[in-house]
Amino acid sequence: MNLRRRYLRDRLMVGLVYLGTSVVLLPLLLIIGYVFVKGVGALNWDFFTKPPAPPGEGGGGMLPAIVGTFIIDLMALAMGGLLGLGGGVLMAEYPEHPLNRPLRMVANVLGGIPAILMGLFAFVVVVLPMGGFSAFSGSVALAILMIPIIMRSTEEVLKLLPWELREAGLALGLPRWRVTLSLILPAAKGGIVTGLLLALARAAGEAAPLLFTAFGNQFLSFDPLGPMDSLPLKIYVYAISPYEDWIQQAWGAALLLALMLMLTNFIARRAMRRR
Amino acid sequence: MRERLYGKLGDRIFIAALVTLGGAVMFIAALMAWELWSGGAKAFRTFGFWGFVFGREWNVITGQFGAWPFLVGTVITSAVALALAFLPSLAAAIAIAEYAPRWLGEVIAYLVDLLAALPSVVYGLWGIFVLVPLVRDRVEQPLFLWSAEHAPALMGLLGPPTGIGMLSAVLVLALMIVPYASSLARDAIRLVPREQREAMYALGATRWEVVRRVVLPYARGGIFAGVILALARALGETMAVTMLIGNGHQLPYSVFGPAATMASVIANEFTEAEGGLQLASLLAVGFLLFLLSLVVNFAADWILRRMSVGEGHE
Repeated sequence: MNLRRRYLRDRLMVGLVYLGTSVVLLPLLLIIGYVFVKGVGALNWDFFTKPPAPPGEGGGGMLPAIVGTFIIDLMALAMGGLLGLGGGVLMAEYPEHPLNRPLRMVANVLGGIPAILMGLFAFVVVVLPMGGFSAFSGSVALAILMIPIIMRSTEEVLKLLPWELREAGLALGLPRWRVTLSLILPAAKGGIVTGLLLALARAAGEAAPLLFTAFGNQFLSFDPLGPMDSLPLKIYVYAISPYEDWIQQAWGAALLLALMLMLTNFIARRAMRRR
Repeated sequence: MRERLYGKLGDRIFIAALVTLGGAVMFIAALMAWELWSGGAKAFRTFGFWGFVFGREWNVITGQFGAWPFLVGTVITSAVALALAFLPSLAAAIAIAEYAPRWLGEVIAYLVDLLAALPSVVYGLWGIFVLVPLVRDRVEQPLFLWSAEHAPALMGLLGPPTGIGMLSAVLVLALMIVPYASSLARDAIRLVPREQREAMYALGATRWEVVRRVVLPYARGGIFAGVILALARALGETMAVTMLIGNGHQLPYSVFGPAATMASVIANEFTEAEGGLQLASLLAVGFLLFLLSLVVNFAADWILRRMSVGEGHE
């Protein structure tokens, strides 16, 4: 191959690489654009403050879904956060513990399992025994989704801290539990919060695990043992409905959800940097 | 008491608490496998394990259930989506880690990560109201009319040009898995040592030759692991696929026509399942999906360990 052809090929590949990249980015920008343009029109005062209206009537809002999203996701974060943090601390601070190897494997397995199976699981172990769909069962499904993410991020963050920090604490005569609770966790606070928020953002966008757990509810509900609505669920139900005003509201809900997730992601990354 | 807490007792309590939490996580995972298996046991018993796996019929009315159409649908949609997504996601990774100036690389990386942050239902919503009409009017109908005139044999293969069906689902699925393939490839490319590149440049190689001969071979472990993780994502992707694929389980599938995947059939039929056998069959499908994603994830793990070159991976 002569030099000229090699240069030509080099240029061509630059072009192809950017072409491939734009093949990816163009649809993304289209999606964001559509969600924004179509969604903005649906956002108004009623959207945030009213329960849904029957189809065809117009008006109505997403209040039950917005409230439900927060309740379900926060309950999930409480449960998933506790288990995930426990596992992550165990893996990072007690590397010699025999439970670590199987635990790491289990975390990988859980992390690779489709979210809808969390829903099936929560249906079998929570919905069936309790005799009905409930926000709590939805939270259980989402919590299982969060656990591996939180475990992994907690472990990574804690392992970044120098061992000297632990040794300094131990040298002061502190027991290991006190070193972990009073030195390690505060030092890693930013990173841990980041992990929690990223897990929250990941779970908050999921509709699949909620289909047959939280189920959805037309009315405003604060009862964790009853069915509850959630934004991703509402988007799904409205999107496949034949009613024009519902579809319009689905776009609005999609915009709201996307904004909330982006905000969570943004805060998560800020928390990491401010450490 | 205080003294004892600061002695052995405190540490024992602390580690017992941690082990309880960690053990609970393991228990949940084991229970999940067990519940899916035992929930589906009735279906496996009725039709036999392999009979259920290879059963081509899924009929609520006659009570005949087989997972084969959904297995086929899952494998086809995932494989095609992966094939479509592979080169663009590799291109994005190369652009971010090699070609683009720093600021542009960061922008592209941010946008690619954003793809993963968008919820599945939003993809589905966009798919239904933007992509489906586009695909129907610009791709499917012209192709269908063309085949009707020139190659009638193709028409059966193409299927009804309604827009809702395999093609639209695969397109959206491909877009959704790009960030997973791309981000691992990007990390692997970044780990290629500078010296390797510089040695190649010193031999007079062009930029592309450096990428082709040094960077890609060196990063192949991460690239392949990314591909397999993307595949795992595609296998389990539920909402967008359910909204776009048309939910028909009549084999053989056609290119434009409706199809179904394991995840989509669960999402679609579970709440309306009538009778224990259908419920059990759906749980059994869930168990098969569990097995499939288990295998794929272990494969990704294995490849990442096997194929990575030099250090950079533990």
